[in-house]
Amino acid sequence: MTAAALSSDFRLKRSLRARVALAALAAYVVYASMQMEVSAERLLTGLHNAARFFGRMFPPNFERWELLLKGMTESLEIAILASALGIALALPVGLAAARNLMPAWATWPARLIIVACRSFHPVIVAIVFVKAVGFGALAGILALTVASIGFIGKLFTEAVEEISDKQVEAIRATGAPFASVLAFGVLPQVFSRFIGFATYQLDSNLRNSTMVGIVGAGGVGGTLFAAFQRFDYDFVCAILIAIISVIMAGEIVATGVRRVFVDGATLGELFRRGARVPRERKLEQDD
Amino acid sequence: MASPAAIREAPAWHRFTPGQRLARFAITLAIVAAIVASIRSIEVIPEFLVDAPEQMADLLMRMWPPDWSHYPSTVHEALMETIHIASLGTLLALVMALPVGVLAAHNLVPSTPVNLAAKLVLVSSRSVNSLVWALLFVGIFGPGALAGTLAIAFRSIGFVGKLFGEALEEAQPGPIEALTAAGAPWVSRMTFGYWPQVKPAFWSIALFRWDINVRESAVLGLVGAGGIGMALDAAMNLFQWDRVAVILVAIFAIVVVAEIVVTQVRQRVI
Repeated sequence: MTAAALSSDFRLKRSLRARVALAALAAYVVYASMQMEVSAERLLTGLHNAARFFGRMFPPNFERWELLLKGMTESLEIAILASALGIALALPVGLAAARNLMPAWATWPARLIIVACRSFHPVIVAIVFVKAVGFGALAGILALTVASIGFIGKLFTEAVEEISDKQVEAIRATGAPFASVLAFGVLPQVFSRFIGFATYQLDSNLRNSTMVGIVGAGGVGGTLFAAFQRFDYDFVCAILIAIISVIMAGEIVATGVRRVFVDGATLGELFRRGARVPRERKLEQDD
Repeated sequence: MASPAAIREAPAWHRFTPGQRLARFAITLAIVAAIVASIRSIEVIPEFLVDAPEQMADLLMRMWPPDWSHYPSTVHEALMETIHIASLGTLLALVMALPVGVLAAHNLVPSTPVNLAAKLVLVSSRSVNSLVWALLFVGIFGPGALAGTLAIAFRSIGFVGKLFGEALEEAQPGPIEALTAAGAPWVSRMTFGYWPQVKPAFWSIALFRWDINVRESAVLGLVGAGGIGMALDAAMNLFQWDRVAVILVAIFAIVVVAEIVVTQVRQRVI
């Protein structure tokens, strides 16, 4: 068989496989859409509702700004405390899970903790904590701490597993105890990546701290949910504007912290030049 | 060779310049101040904090043993609905995000106002949490899976469109110039010039987002947007903790399955 025939045969097979996959996808879409109970009548009513809805959202109503400010402050506090607590707890767990430093009896339980913390959405963890410790900011802090342990623990473990052994061996060769090996051989190698995770987590906790209130775990989410249920859509609009601006401000602060600790910027440079974030970190952002 | 006197007079080596040290100190100080201020002003009832481990233990006791008979009757159906919400939402988002992503790529649409408008759409989609989108669509279309699907779709547009637009902007201009020189129309330039270059990125973005959406769609039911979250909410309101345990196990299982599927597909397709 010539090379040309071989490649055309291969292309035929590939296109057949792609067509089967596409047909299966189309069948699935039809089947799943039928489960959704969509009807023209419902869509029409929906459009009508949407028009009324947006009509009532504007102009945004900032009259109850004191309530808004109180909720927002609580959200900020939840985010800060959960990040601090989560990072403090994630470091030992993440180190214990690193296969190149720890024996198997330490890595397995640590990995299990990380997987358990990562698999539930923070809001689901928040409802469980609301039932356990009651309504209020405490449940929010605990829920976001769990989320932070999962995320930072996982990335920190990966970072530690990727370090170069040379520096660790050099410090071991001097007869340094384990704590010194960690402090001078391991941590300096992962510090800048750690700052990246930590600021990202602060950002993510800030987003989620505005949401956990929906299930009663404190913060501005509770105010938002109440306004939704009372059909105060102009107040809803005001809260949403406030949340989005706080999240954007949080992103700017996180970029500033990264620029000082990772890129070595001075305070003057921080306010002069535009910031740039490496691409691999962008994919992690969002969720 | 420097004399010992010169060495002694040379300034001591410092890792950071005074400006850098000042900046690091200022940020550290600000972080500590923020933590202290938060601890002092947050309203946490100390009794609740002391009581927390005991309450958690009590909760776990009540969850055990899980009521497995609850799974076939209600949980399974809700779980399938969650998967439908995540999958349909992701597909809908892909369909809507592709044109926006193209409009946001400066090398494809060389008009800065159009790029900025597209980016504004993407940013506003990303800035609103999926729970808020869900609240919005529940208000518009009433409770149910339709609201959840639309919430997932609208939340994902920003994510998919942003990453897809960036992938397009990073495409090599060589093949496109060759096609243009051969007189290829716009459609051919897209399908033979750009698409092969961004295809791996596109599939990996789609899979990555689907994985996230499976997790997120489990939550949407808490605001009435369908899926397993509604079953969770109902069981919690009735204090049926053995059923809550089944639902939590089901969510855990579906998240793990989604991750395995994504890893497998990524290995085969990309």
